[in-house]
Amino acid sequence: METILGLRTDNFCILASDMTAAHSIIVMKSNEKKIYPVSDQILMAATGQQGDAHQFAEYIVKNVQLYKMRNGYGLSTASAAHFIRQNLAEYLRSQTPYNVNLLLGGFEEKTGGQLYYMDYLASSHEVKYGSHGYGGVIALSILERYWRPDMTEAEAYDIMIKCVEEIQRRLIINLPNFHIQIVDKNGIRVLPDITTATVLSKKSQA
Amino acid sequence: MALESLMGFKETFVRPMVFDDSELEDSYEVANLSNPMMLALPPLANPRSALANFDKDQFGKDIKIKIAHGTTTLGFRFRGGVILAVDSRATGGMYIGSQNVKKVIEINKFLLGTMAGGAADCVYWDRVLAKQCRLHELRNKERISTAAASKIMSNMAYSYKGTGLSMGMMIAGYDARGPELYYVDSEGSRTKGEIFSVGSGSVYAYGVMDAGYSWDLKDEDAYEIARRAIYTATYRDAASGGLIRVYHMKETGWECISVEDCKDLHFAYYPDGK
Repeated sequence: METILGLRTDNFCILASDMTAAHSIIVMKSNEKKIYPVSDQILMAATGQQGDAHQFAEYIVKNVQLYKMRNGYGLSTASAAHFIRQNLAEYLRSQTPYNVNLLLGGFEEKTGGQLYYMDYLASSHEVKYGSHGYGGVIALSILERYWRPDMTEAEAYDIMIKCVEEIQRRLIINLPNFHIQIVDKNGIRVLPDITTATVLSKKSQA
Repeated sequence: MALESLMGFKETFVRPMVFDDSELEDSYEVANLSNPMMLALPPLANPRSALANFDKDQFGKDIKIKIAHGTTTLGFRFRGGVILAVDSRATGGMYIGSQNVKKVIEINKFLLGTMAGGAADCVYWDRVLAKQCRLHELRNKERISTAAASKIMSNMAYSYKGTGLSMGMMIAGYDARGPELYYVDSEGSRTKGEIFSVGSGSVYAYGVMDAGYSWDLKDEDAYEIARRAIYTATYRDAASGGLIRVYHMKETGWECISVEDCKDLHFAYYPDGK
């Protein structure tokens, strides 16, 4: 039910997540944030079983911060991805596996934007764009069609609006709000939420 | 977890007990008498498996163990603080076990919890939480925040995830950050919010609450919406009923606003029957 989307370009990485917290058929909350700032230059979007996603994300965030305190330098996006994957793989083979699906986004001068697709089976891939959840299936073809490595921030945000529009048109589940965060050379920023109103005003302009 | 050493629970305590003849007697010891956060788990290789539920006999027939379940509880935040309202019925399967359960648990003057799900689980863990909150107060010379209290609860519940705990609770408090409302459950969710309703009657309570709610409600109107929402749930949901309790969490601590029989309310709302 939950959906997260992400794409990277040469200059930034942008993540989107729906803001719904549901229990069986009831929407309990529509302003839940599922994107976690891991460090000054790494973002993580997490979905999965209730509890697991939040507990795991918090565990990762604290450990990446601890690494920086101990060593005086932070983890790169790639290193963070390896660290997360290692944890997922170890817990997968324990009695208490974490059922979480993740997108890890980061930016470094050397590499530009980076995006890692990870799932609860501890797969990890560096991708241009990626998604999790039912909405992700629908949005993926839009990312596929419109992605370019040299996109501007505004263009990427527009693609996210396109994705949300399509999710709201085709997915049977109600996902009204999406939370957007971006990471680039200036660090992490929160962009305006994409809501039903955003999609409507975009349509009326066109 | 930083709370680990302070609170005495760690990942390893959920390891199954090893069956060894020499220690057979020890394995019957219940560790939670010395540490309330160490419940004895079923002595199976995997205490989180479906087997650990013990709901079937050796022939695969259902054993008649039905845990108290149906409930309606609600809570919302508004201008004047937090309102909690609950019913008071305890059911086990088709049987009404009690009509006057206290489903609002008074943790301290500035913290209230509501219970839905397994009654025993809720009462037990709320009591453990009350102990932890009092200890926090004694250690730090200040009251625990609502956020911290709810996180203790969530961490305790999460460490037993999959072992069959059943709780859905709201934790309401008033601290330096103002009035706050958290939803915590045995699946490990913990989330802050404005409006929550938990239990089998929650679908009905949500309807009434969402229709009448606004942030700027007067205190009296807020009580009435909460009361009416629970009343509607007791009318439609067979597993909810009995007394309707309304609590108000204010800057000065909580106050019990009213305790009324849902039948009396029904005849007050519909004097000539419905």
